[in-house]
Amino acid sequence: MTDISVYGEGLVKNYGKTEALRGISFSVNKGEIFGFIGPDGAGKTTLFRILTTLLLPDAGDASVEGFHVVKDFRHLRTILGYMPGRFSLYQDLTVEENLKFFAGIFKADISKNYHLIKEIYDQIAPFAKRRAGKLSGGMKQKLALSCALIHKPEVLILDEPTTGVDAVSRREFWEMLIRLKSQGITILVSTPYMDEAILCDRVALMQHGSIMASGTPDEIMSSYPHRLFKISTDRTLELLSLIRKMNGIHSAEMFGSDIHLSVADAETGIEEVGEYLRNYGFTAEKPEEAKPGIEDCFIDFMKLNQTG
Amino acid sequence: MKQFVIKEFLHIFRDVRSMVILFGMPLVQVLLFGYAITNEVKDVKVSVIDQSYDYASQAVVNKLFASGYFLKGEHISSTSEIEESFRKGENKMVVVIGPDFAGKLETGQQPSIQLIADASDPNTANLLVSYASGIINAYSRELIPAANIPVIVPESRMLYNPSLRSVYMFVPGIITILLMLVSAMMTSISIAREKELGTMEVLLVSPLKPFQIVAGKVMPYVLLSFINAGSILILSYYIFNVPINGSLLLLLGETILFILLALSLGIFISTISNNQQTAMMLSMFALMLPTILLSGFIFPIENMPAVLQWFSLIMPPRWFITIIKSIMLKGSGIEYFWKETLILAGMTLVFILASIKKFKIRLA
Repeated sequence: MTDISVYGEGLVKNYGKTEALRGISFSVNKGEIFGFIGPDGAGKTTLFRILTTLLLPDAGDASVEGFHVVKDFRHLRTILGYMPGRFSLYQDLTVEENLKFFAGIFKADISKNYHLIKEIYDQIAPFAKRRAGKLSGGMKQKLALSCALIHKPEVLILDEPTTGVDAVSRREFWEMLIRLKSQGITILVSTPYMDEAILCDRVALMQHGSIMASGTPDEIMSSYPHRLFKISTDRTLELLSLIRKMNGIHSAEMFGSDIHLSVADAETGIEEVGEYLRNYGFTAEKPEEAKPGIEDCFIDFMKLNQTG
Repeated sequence: MKQFVIKEFLHIFRDVRSMVILFGMPLVQVLLFGYAITNEVKDVKVSVIDQSYDYASQAVVNKLFASGYFLKGEHISSTSEIEESFRKGENKMVVVIGPDFAGKLETGQQPSIQLIADASDPNTANLLVSYASGIINAYSRELIPAANIPVIVPESRMLYNPSLRSVYMFVPGIITILLMLVSAMMTSISIAREKELGTMEVLLVSPLKPFQIVAGKVMPYVLLSFINAGSILILSYYIFNVPINGSLLLLLGETILFILLALSLGIFISTISNNQQTAMMLSMFALMLPTILLSGFIFPIENMPAVLQWFSLIMPPRWFITIIKSIMLKGSGIEYFWKETLILAGMTLVFILASIKKFKIRLA
C-alpha cells in the first residue's frame, strides 16, 4: 500500500470552449490536509467534482484511495464525504432531520460515529429542532460538515467551506478540520482565502485551470525569489503609485493598509527605499524587512504566468 | 430508503403549496364541477305569450313550468317585445301560443306553438328547445288516444346515465386530471428542485442508486395520489350519487396503473428539465392541456379533426377515462377494456425505461 490517498494525473476538463482544467497533476498523502488555493474560476470546483465522481474528465486519470474516479465510482461514493460549495442540505428540514437523513442514505449509525462529529454537532445541537434554512452561515457549515462526516468517510472533500462565513466561524471551522485530521481522515479543501493556506499541510496554488506551485506552505514561502519589504502607512494609494515609479522595484502590492514591495536587484535595499520615500516627503513611513506570505507568492506566480 | 421516504413526506407536509394542490384541489374541483360547472338546464327564465288563453293553452304552460327546468320570466304581451327582452338578458326563451288553441285541438286542426330561443349560447338554446318540445309532445300524446290518430313516436332511453347528469361525465375526468397533476407535475417538480437547490449533487455522491432515488421520490406520491383518487370517488358517490357499477377492486387497480404511468411520466419530465420552472412548464403544456382538451373529457374525440384524433391516441388520459367510465357507469369487467389497460401498461414501461436511460448518474 502506498501512502497516497488522492492522485491526479494530467486532468483536463473543458466546458465548450472554456478550459476549466488544463492538465492538472497532484497527489495527496493519507491523513493530510491538502489545500487548493485560488480565486474564483481557477478550476477548483471542477477538479473536486471530478474527484467526487460527479464529472468525467476529458483527459487524464485520477483515483481516490486507489479507486478510479470513473471506473470505480460506485465504490468511491461510499467512502467519500463531500461538501459542495453551495449549501446543499434541505432547508425545510430541521438540523436533526438532515443529520438523520444523511446517516440513513449512507446506512450509517449515528451513535457509532457520533464521536467524529461530537465537537461540531454539540455546538448546533441546541438548535436541533430548527429548520436548516433558518441557521446562520457558520452554523449551516457546521451542520453540512456533520452531515458529510456522519458515515465516517475516508476522504473528506470540502469545496470552499469558509466562503461567506464570518471570521470567528472560519477559525472554528479550521480548528475542527485539524481535529478531524488527527482521526486519520484525509481532507481536501479549496479556498480563495490565502491566509488559510498556512493551516494546510500542503497546498497547490491554482490559477486559470493550472497548478502554479505546490508544496508545504513553508516550501512555497521560502521559494519566494525576491527580497520583500513591508511599509505601514495611512496614505496607501499615494505611496503605492509612488513606489511603483521607483527604479529597481519588482512589484508593490497593497495588503490592507500595508504595502508589500519586492526588489528586483541586490543594490536596492531598505536604505535606498527609505531615502526615496523621504525625498518625496514621506518621513513617517519606514520600510521593514518582511517574510513573504502565501499571498506574496501567489501574486508573484500569477505575474510570472502572465508574462511567461 | 426509509429515511428518503420520510424526508419526502416532510417536504410535502411542510410546503403549503404542495398541501393545497394535494388536498385542497380535489375537493374544490369535485365541488366546482359537480355544482357550478354544469351543462344541464335548470331554472331558466322563460316567458309565455299566450294568445288563446284557454284551458288547453294554460295546461301546456302549467306543464312547462311544473317541469323544474323553467321559471317564469318577465311578462311580455306582444311578439315585438321578444328581442328587447333577449337583449336585456331577462329571458332565454319565449313560448308563443297561437290563437284559438283549444278550439283547433278539438276540431282536429294543427294548433300553433312557437319556441323562440336566445341562441347566443347555442348549447343552452338547443337544450331549452328540446326540453320544451319534449314536454309539449308529451302533452299532445296524452290527447292522441282521444283523437285516435296513428303516429310513430320513437321512445328513447338514455342508458348508463338516464337523467343525463353531467357529473357522471365529470367525475372520471376530474380523477384523471388530478392524478395527472399530482403524480406527474408534483414528482417532476420535486426532482427538479433537488437539482436546482444543489442537493442532487450530494445525493449523487452517496451510495444511493438512481433507482432508489427515484423510488424514494415516487413512493409518497403513489400513496397520496391513491388517497386522492379514493376521496374523489367517495365525494362523488355520497354527494353526487355517481354510481360505481363495476368492481371497486378493478377500479382501484386500474387507478394504481394510471398513477404509475403518470409518475413515470413525471420522472421522465424531470430527467429532461434542470429546474422547477422548466419542469412546471413542461408538465403544464405537455400534460395538463392535452389531458383536458384531447382526452375526450370535455370535447368528444369523434368531433376532432383527424390530426387531433391521431394525437389523442398517445394521450394516456384518453384510455384511462374510457376505462373508468366503463367500470363506474357501465359496470363492465376487464374483458371489455383489456386493450386500453395494455396500452397504459405499455406506456408506463416505455416511460420508466426512458427515464432510467436518461437519469444522469453524474452532473453533466
